[in-house]
Amino acid sequence: MFLSETYRKIAADGIWNNNIVFGQNLALCPLLAVTGTATNGLGMGLATLVVIIASNGLISVTRHLIPSEIRIPIFVLLIAALVTLVDILMNAWAHELYKVLGLFIALIVTNCALLGRAEAFASKQPVKHALWDGLMMGLGFLIVLVALGAAREITSSGTLFANASVLLGESFKFLEITVISDYKGFLLMALPPGGFIMTAFLIVGKRLIDQKIAQRKASVTVLTPVIVEEES
Amino acid sequence: MKLDPATIERLKQKIAVYREFLKNWLEPSNLAQLRPKLEFQTGVLAGFALIASVLLGVTNCSTEGTIQRRLDEDLKKSLEEVVPAALYDNDMLQDTLTIPSAEYNIGTDETTVYIAKKSGNVSAVCFKFTAPDGYSGAINMIMGIDRDGNVLGVRVLSHKETPGLGDKIEVAKSDWILKFTGRSLDNLAPAKWAVKKDGGEFDQFAGATITPRKSVQAIYRGLQLFKAHQEQLINP
Repeated sequence: MFLSETYRKIAADGIWNNNIVFGQNLALCPLLAVTGTATNGLGMGLATLVVIIASNGLISVTRHLIPSEIRIPIFVLLIAALVTLVDILMNAWAHELYKVLGLFIALIVTNCALLGRAEAFASKQPVKHALWDGLMMGLGFLIVLVALGAAREITSSGTLFANASVLLGESFKFLEITVISDYKGFLLMALPPGGFIMTAFLIVGKRLIDQKIAQRKASVTVLTPVIVEEES
Repeated sequence: MKLDPATIERLKQKIAVYREFLKNWLEPSNLAQLRPKLEFQTGVLAGFALIASVLLGVTNCSTEGTIQRRLDEDLKKSLEEVVPAALYDNDMLQDTLTIPSAEYNIGTDETTVYIAKKSGNVSAVCFKFTAPDGYSGAINMIMGIDRDGNVLGVRVLSHKETPGLGDKIEVAKSDWILKFTGRSLDNLAPAKWAVKKDGGEFDQFAGATITPRKSVQAIYRGLQLFKAHQEQLINP
């Protein structure tokens, strides 16, 4: 493996074990607000990914300067300044993208997962680890947003990645799929309660998979001594 | 100004001293001693706030013009959508008139009207207006009207209506909004400016009646605003 043990553990934590939504149950506000469609989920996920990497890096660089008594106001200040910077710069230099993503960027400030990572990880770890953690946590969040958005979009309107070409450019038109044609629509899933319901289903799914993995591991440990005996 | 080698050498030494001091000061062990001190904490918080505000201030100032240009381009694009290019040869962003619109309930007390002129004569007008009472918030629209009061085009600029149901007012999702083109207060009776469920001319959507109903009503009010100021607008 080209990644050392530490990096692999951070990656596994960020994407699966300690996933922002499934593991920590954080960031539910932006999660439920934007996952009406897979495209919106993707947009929010990308914006959050950029900001969480930057905020993790920035906080890790300055971690020795920050006294623990005033760390929370400094984290909030840094994250808010960062989000505003991204917001202004994107509005000026990537205006087309901003018109689609603009709404989500301001929402990132309400994402407590950023503060959570700053507090729990970036303020105690070297910069390289903090950046990697930001990338992995961001990716984990992005995957959940897209999965939840896709699940809600399919059940509510029978399409997948509708309007993806507006967000990503014409070359991504192939993503737009009508999964169920002539679908009458199921409004509940497009509304916030649908977000809660679908999140619950996804969390149950994750728990079931975890259980299966744990069972398999248990059965493997039972088998091992048998093999050892045969060899000796 | 020319500096002699001795001065440069002295400056270099000074910088080296400062760098050494900063390096020692930034050592984790030194900072660990400083961190519990109240004056250090105050200073750090102030420092972070200062850096953040300077950064934001500089970025804001340096991008203000660009953002304004982008917004102008956006506005121009939406103006072009509702006023056919054949109807004007002026810069509509510069040719504006502000009229009071408080009594028409279209979102603002004053409405900026962009005037389209062809060889100096007013051919059409265009303005933004709002249906403040959409199903889940305001629906912002823009409308072009020719000098006789016929609708040239209406577009929704932004809204918060239910995705999949109410968002059919967008031209990207359905051609519903195009049905207004060519209508006017003269060729459609006031009672017909409503959705079909209310005995009017325009379709409602399956599962969403409020969104199209309120949009039709706002467009109707917008036309009334134009009619009330028609003389003033087309004879500037």
